[in-house]
Amino acid sequence: MTDATAATAEASKATVTPDQMSWDSRTRRMITIYLPLALFVIVLLFPFYWMAITSFKPNAELYDYKKFNPFLIGSPTLYHIKHLLFETAYPHWLVTTMTVAVCSTTLSLFSSVLAAYAIQRLRFKGSQYVGLGIYLAYLVPPSILFIPLATTIYQLGLFDSPLALILTYPTFLVPFSTWLLIGYFKSIPYELEECALIDGATRLQILRRITLPLAVPGLISAGIFSFTLSWNEFIYALAFIQSSEKKTVSVAILTELVSGDVYQWGSLMAGSLLGSLPVALFYSFFVDYYVSSLTGAVKE
Amino acid sequence: MTVTTMTDWTRARPQPNWLARLFDYKPFLVVACLTPALGLLLVFLTYPLGLGIWLSFTDTKIGRTGEFVGLDNFEYLLSDPQFWSAVFYSVFYTAVATFGKFALGLWLALLLNNHVPFKSLLRAIILLPWIVPTVLSALAFWWLYDPQFSIFSYLAIDILHIRKTPFDFLSTIWPARWSLIAANIWRGIPFVAISLLAGLQTISPSLYEAALLDGSTAWQRFRYITFPLLLPILAIVMTFSIIFTFTDFQLVYAITRGGPLNSTHLMATLAFQRGISGGELGEGAAIAVAMIPFLVAATLFSYFALARRKWQQGEAND
Repeated sequence: MTDATAATAEASKATVTPDQMSWDSRTRRMITIYLPLALFVIVLLFPFYWMAITSFKPNAELYDYKKFNPFLIGSPTLYHIKHLLFETAYPHWLVTTMTVAVCSTTLSLFSSVLAAYAIQRLRFKGSQYVGLGIYLAYLVPPSILFIPLATTIYQLGLFDSPLALILTYPTFLVPFSTWLLIGYFKSIPYELEECALIDGATRLQILRRITLPLAVPGLISAGIFSFTLSWNEFIYALAFIQSSEKKTVSVAILTELVSGDVYQWGSLMAGSLLGSLPVALFYSFFVDYYVSSLTGAVKE
Repeated sequence: MTVTTMTDWTRARPQPNWLARLFDYKPFLVVACLTPALGLLLVFLTYPLGLGIWLSFTDTKIGRTGEFVGLDNFEYLLSDPQFWSAVFYSVFYTAVATFGKFALGLWLALLLNNHVPFKSLLRAIILLPWIVPTVLSALAFWWLYDPQFSIFSYLAIDILHIRKTPFDFLSTIWPARWSLIAANIWRGIPFVAISLLAGLQTISPSLYEAALLDGSTAWQRFRYITFPLLLPILAIVMTFSIIFTFTDFQLVYAITRGGPLNSTHLMATLAFQRGISGGELGEGAAIAVAMIPFLVAATLFSYFALARRKWQQGEAND
């Protein structure tokens, strides 16, 4: 009650002096919205700025804050990147990571499309339980699976082979993509499929000619999401791959480049920067799809 | 003339061959469509899950199949202070990091829900920490936490003159724990903020207009409109966040590897250290299995939140 009266009192004051109010609200907006937003952006981006600036600094500047301003680069150098590309197996690691990410994304998109189509459109008995089961699979994190999976992989003779990663990554990609695609398929009207059925199309023709073209945004979203997730994956790659040249970027940087007590921060940061760039670029082309997949999956 | 048109007519509708007919037979089609996905999940998810539970009751080591030892692994773990320390830190890490992520993420979502210029660009920038591989950003944090060349120490000593000695981020127990939590919050904010922003955008503006006409304060609008309508999404996002924070591995493995004095081990990193590095597969599996009750609790939380949401919308379960 008192709140309400106070608010009306404020409102009437505001109508008396509109100039002051507009000034007041602009400053207020500045302080309550733009200032915190700017702080958020600075805090969220600072580690990347630091990563980027470190990878182009010569070693002399890197370890001497007294003589050089640490926030700027005095004389930028490509030394660390050259070292990384020509004196380590970094290009190998990049190629492995890329291959694994592309293959596991393709594999999981293929199986998710079929599964989502079966669950959402073929409507068999118990389809909702299959859907629920796949959803629950998403809640099983890799951290509790990697030990038994390592023995399974060993029994299958896939240990130390990129194929092990290509086959295990779908365990966390398929549940997510299937749920996303079920959501997309749901939004496509049944009538289109019925028309096609009347015209004598088979189920697979319907999937290929009608449902899939309409679900392209969903496919792109699921594809990007899967790609970034498999690029980010760490624990399976750490546990299943042993030989240096078959490692993925994130594992290799941590196990091959971090050696001894003196860390080569320049190369480490250059490696992190180069390892982040492909996925960041890929993401920047499809931001909207990525955001819609992220939020769509949450809303489903 | 008429004959040729007749034959053309019949030739235009050839009978589908047996393969096409098989693929149009619904039960077969359902099985064929589900095989790849369910096959992958059964072989590489369900089977290892069961195998993991079995392994936790055996004394398997790398290169040697173990024998059933009953609850020995668990009994051993229960008397192991390092295991308890990992359980404590996992719970503490999850609780504090989740609280931080949601407080800051909700704030960021509310800020972004205003009319601000370059909104989609801002959204893209804000998601960056979430996109970049965790290990790589963790390395950046490791460098930021460097005992000698940390930029924070430089700021505090040489610019602000509030300290004489460099910060000691990672070499003693509690600072190391807090530093890891800070890195986790940094990485988690974008996901929470963008998901909650999507939730905020579904709330009808007319509700706020009505509340404004009734003379509500900003806090009342948040408390009685925004928060209740955001709750279902908040609950789901929180479940995912809790599950993936609790089972976090990468940040700790990259920054401290469980040190100093094994004080920053999460259950996942301890399981890795004992199971893969140490070769005690059975014991590692037991630590991993010990995480399951926590995850089940989080999942049940999600289930009830979902049920509540459907009930609110008056939809049938589908």
